[in-house]
Amino acid sequence: MAQKNPNLITLSSGEAFQPFRYSVGLYGSRFFAELKDNKRLMGVRCPGCRRVHVPPRPVCGPCYKRMEEWVEVGPLGTIATFTILRFAFIDPETGQKKPVPYGYGLIRLDGADTNFQHFLELPKDGKVAIGMRVRPVFEESRRGNLRDIKHFEIIED
Amino acid sequence: MAKRVAIVGSGQTNHMGSRPDVTGVELIHEAVAKALESAGLTRDDIDGVVIGNMDHFEGINGVELWSIDGNGGFMKPTIKLTTGGTTGSTLAIGGYHLVASGHFDRLLVIGWEKNSESDTTGAITTAFDPVWDRMVFAGAISGLALEATAYSQKYGVTGKDAARVVVRDRGNAVKNPHAHVRKEITVEEVLRSPMISDPLHFWDMCPRTDGACAVIFASEDVAEKISPKPAWVWATANRHLYSMAGDVEFGSLRSLELAAAEVYQKTGIKEPLKEIDVMELYTPYSYAGLSWIEALGLARPGEGAKLLWDGATDMGGELPINPSGGVISTNPIGATGLIRAAECALQISGQAGERQVPDVKVALSTGFGGCYWSDILMYGAKKP
Repeated sequence: MAQKNPNLITLSSGEAFQPFRYSVGLYGSRFFAELKDNKRLMGVRCPGCRRVHVPPRPVCGPCYKRMEEWVEVGPLGTIATFTILRFAFIDPETGQKKPVPYGYGLIRLDGADTNFQHFLELPKDGKVAIGMRVRPVFEESRRGNLRDIKHFEIIED
Repeated sequence: MAKRVAIVGSGQTNHMGSRPDVTGVELIHEAVAKALESAGLTRDDIDGVVIGNMDHFEGINGVELWSIDGNGGFMKPTIKLTTGGTTGSTLAIGGYHLVASGHFDRLLVIGWEKNSESDTTGAITTAFDPVWDRMVFAGAISGLALEATAYSQKYGVTGKDAARVVVRDRGNAVKNPHAHVRKEITVEEVLRSPMISDPLHFWDMCPRTDGACAVIFASEDVAEKISPKPAWVWATANRHLYSMAGDVEFGSLRSLELAAAEVYQKTGIKEPLKEIDVMELYTPYSYAGLSWIEALGLARPGEGAKLLWDGATDMGGELPINPSGGVISTNPIGATGLIRAAECALQISGQAGERQVPDVKVALSTGFGGCYWSDILMYGAKKP
């Protein structure tokens, strides 16, 4: 998007993309492969504190121990906390304005001890609260990234 | 053997929402010139420079390189420290350590930010994990809203309680000539302002400010020759939590609890509410002004609001908090934590003007940022 004010210096790559290539590591790769192929959510358990970490990663920060025990978590979970974004801002990932309002939450997937951040579908009555139960809504065609889950929706439980 | 260290001077710019009258270099120079003047020193007296801001903000990296003309670091040892929101308090802690090491006697420490030239929400978002965090994240506001939701539901704290924090800080800011937003506000005005990220209204949040702050740290060998009332640094502590927001336990600030326990242990403080005379807290949104004083041991969990409503933290109360007007009134991010240190030093030296708390002997400042990380510095009129 070119700036309209000619006095502003605008840094722009024109039509070009700016590709960054981030490794998700072997643990992240396994998580996304399971999500894409089997709609399964995976975590890893720390041999020290026994906490199950999602997203999975090789080292438990607090214990500093290597984690190798894989555990399936969810897909159902509980809202640990949430917010509803109401101000528009430019998404640095896309260069586009994020569509607002949108809800997002930290979701404690069943069997996990850390929270999983994702979009939260706002119910028609607008009522969202900590402790509500949620389930993921998967994309039909999945590509092996976080957007394979469209969002989490609140369910009766 | 570590040297004792004191703050012997400071300078702040005219903090505003936008300072198109100066470049970043000129803004930095404005603070440095005032700091040198306040200490009666010249650039030649300075042994080294530590400078920092929030990387990525102004679209220029490498502040230690391009600001040399204004920061006074020409042909001096100069390093950059940048740790996101905690940058200013990291600068103060780092500056303290460099002087305590005995390698520097008079160190110039500078924090700055020109938020008007930046896209802060976009930039903060890029500080978080590109794969797991960025998709939903919306900068500082959304992250703090998650914490506000958790804290308010855990203890039944209301938006009205939170607004009381804004009323106090913005009321104090009126008497601070450096403050950016200098207009009193009511609880009703806070609650009527637009909801930006539930449960945070527009006026629950700090502003974005252009500003710089410079602080001179001196070793015990020279401090008392420079300043008749140096503010001695008694202790510092900081704690880093997780790197991913999903790992954090929300509803209380564990990093601040642990950092507070450490500084109180180091300084022998048993009852912080009684023993500390003033606090300058890095509380960037309203609910933090309730929850984090609990983390600092001033009230039991869930009872911070009562302390606020009782007036204990107002000017004239048992422990005035944020006489400067705090972060809710002024927030040039890379300078914000360092301003807290400068304000504590002014309070101890008796140079805080209209915002002076009478007879300050012990002061405490904090910094906040990263993924719910906390810094604390404690200061005293007495040499430790």
